[in-house]
Amino acid sequence: MSRRVQQPAMETSPPDLQDEDVLSGAGEGDEVMEEVEEQEGYTSSTPTSSLTWISWFCSLPGHDYFCEVAEDFIEDDFNLTGLNSMVPFWKEAMEMVLDVEPDEDSAKIIPDVSLVEASAELLYGLVHQRYILTRAGLQAMAEKYEAGVFGSCPRVYCMSCNVVPCGRSDLPGVDTVKLYCPNCNDIYIPPSSRFQGVDGAFFGTTFAHLFFQSYRELLPAPFWKPPSSSGSLSPSRSPRSVTGSNSSQGTTPFVNPNPHGGQKRAAGKVYVARIYGFKVNERAKCGPRMQWMRLRPESPEELDYVDWRGRWIDDEDDQYDDDEDGEAEEDRHMEDFDPDPAADDDDDDEEEEEEEEDVRGSRRGLEGVQADAYGRPQPPSGGSRVKVVRQLVSV
Amino acid sequence: MLRHAVEDASTGSDSDYSNSWISWFLSSKGNEYFCEVEEDYILDRFNLTGLNTEVEHYVQALDLITDNLDDEYLEELRGSLDIQARLLYGLIHARWIVTARGLQKMLEKYKKADFGRCPRVLCLSQPLLPVGLTDVPYEKSVKLYCGRCEDLYSPKSSRHGSIDGAYFGTSFPHLLFLVYPSLIPPKSGPSDLGRPPAANSAEEAAARRRVRQREELADGSGEGLGEGISTAAVALRADRYRPRIFGFQVNEIAKLQRWQEAVRDRQVARLEALENPP
Ligand SMILES: [Zn+2]
Ligand SMILES: [Zn+2]
Repeated sequence: MSRRVQQPAMETSPPDLQDEDVLSGAGEGDEVMEEVEEQEGYTSSTPTSSLTWISWFCSLPGHDYFCEVAEDFIEDDFNLTGLNSMVPFWKEAMEMVLDVEPDEDSAKIIPDVSLVEASAELLYGLVHQRYILTRAGLQAMAEKYEAGVFGSCPRVYCMSCNVVPCGRSDLPGVDTVKLYCPNCNDIYIPPSSRFQGVDGAFFGTTFAHLFFQSYRELLPAPFWKPPSSSGSLSPSRSPRSVTGSNSSQGTTPFVNPNPHGGQKRAAGKVYVARIYGFKVNERAKCGPRMQWMRLRPESPEELDYVDWRGRWIDDEDDQYDDDEDGEAEEDRHMEDFDPDPAADDDDDDEEEEEEEEDVRGSRRGLEGVQADAYGRPQPPSGGSRVKVVRQLVSV
Repeated sequence: MLRHAVEDASTGSDSDYSNSWISWFLSSKGNEYFCEVEEDYILDRFNLTGLNTEVEHYVQALDLITDNLDDEYLEELRGSLDIQARLLYGLIHARWIVTARGLQKMLEKYKKADFGRCPRVLCLSQPLLPVGLTDVPYEKSVKLYCGRCEDLYSPKSSRHGSIDGAYFGTSFPHLLFLVYPSLIPPKSGPSDLGRPPAANSAEEAAARRRVRQREELADGSGEGLGEGISTAAVALRADRYRPRIFGFQVNEIAKLQRWQEAVRDRQVARLEALENPP
């Protein structure tokens, strides 16, 4: 942690936080250029009597992701089980966090109040990790989530899906905070350098996922059907609403048959690389190798075509083994490119709409050609394997 | 923010006034993604075919960016002409960076990570390349392509987020890796262009070590992809984030990830079958 405490704890001067730059949080975009400024503005001070230590701590630059832990949560010893061995100056740190006047004696014993500051921060962070797993903590974080405090996914085709903070370890001192995107199930480095001093353990490994299990309406579903465009010629000529994620399907309510699964329509588009308008063929050395990582099946049933070991159940599965696949295969008459008539002239208003043909096309390609390679027949397309998943988690 | 931008713009234009228009343009804040288009390329009219219909005051704009504009015009048209000159330079730039010389210029910038690094944690600070979603100007802003995860990201800075993607075009990064296959980043472990170790957290360094060990176990291939090396199975080495609740995988996400990996395995089998026909 990089807080630089330069003043004794019970200073009475107003906090430096009045500085505009510090409080405004700057523009999310330009941190690289403003790093110096941020560092300079980052002088710590202690709260005046009107501000609790917790409110002050949460208002510091870089602490935007923290929510305010309720004091009665901290006062309940049960919630602190096991923490006192991890935090030096436990008693003094507790007093500081809870704004309790320190004993006359202890003030003499502590050589440097900044040691207590560091302990208070560690204490608060570890309590915070636990608090945000409680109903009240999840609620507090949900409010910040909906307000966009944690920012949005930098991945273009996640369509600015909001992210949540997460740690890669539950132990302090291992790694800084990261951001988890529920749409691409991936983690990202926060865009601003001011979060580079925030310990990931103060958010923990579990919170992000418990959060989306608790608020399933915020969790994108694992399947995605591209908006059905009338024919492949004109994916979209008409103006679309700005909120792209439910533009053409917005009228029909979205339902995930898995009641324990995400109940939000996913942003499912996958980027397709092109050279001069032609898709780069997978046979090329520089051809696509990673589309699978962002791909979703069209229907929830397809998830069950793969068993728990990651193998296709009765290897015959390939519902895409139809005429279109043969066509896709024949298209490959150039070594490095797939001709694609829908290339450049179909740019429409929303990125969301833009690549729908390609994703499905490439997916058919992906799976269809596979079927050719193995020459396996098509399974009955009944989708009878819908299974209600009863467990929240699987081992 | 706005204040900063204004200051930057004014100081930029004043201090570099004596230099050429192109060097002024390249040194202006926010234009870091652009490389220098060589004068020979611009002066060859053949390379500019069709641009006269895209740009207003085409002749004057061209004169401006090649420093041949009469002073009287400069005073008269400066404001509006500046926008057209930028458009013209951008459109020439898009054509230039897919030429052999242009690719080289951009390669130098890529090696310095002038376009930033992938925000995806498991991409280990892989440098990015600019790309457009369309080749038509005034439609989409520039995006950044990561050769490791093969995905697109938005620039962090709003200054870069407002650059027209058509000034880089849809083909550039893919053509770069087509022409220089040895530069295709590995799917795991550090690349030659990764951040120097000092800048990394201990955790990241540990992750790299683990990845490298795994890689060595897998087949002993080192950093980067050599010219002759197959990319058929590289996806198998890609690291993934696995969400967990109290140490347990989340059911629905685990299922989706298994499905995705099964799709990946099919592609690998398909590509390997193509490389080693029975
Ligand atoms: Zn995402
Ligand atoms: Zn990446």
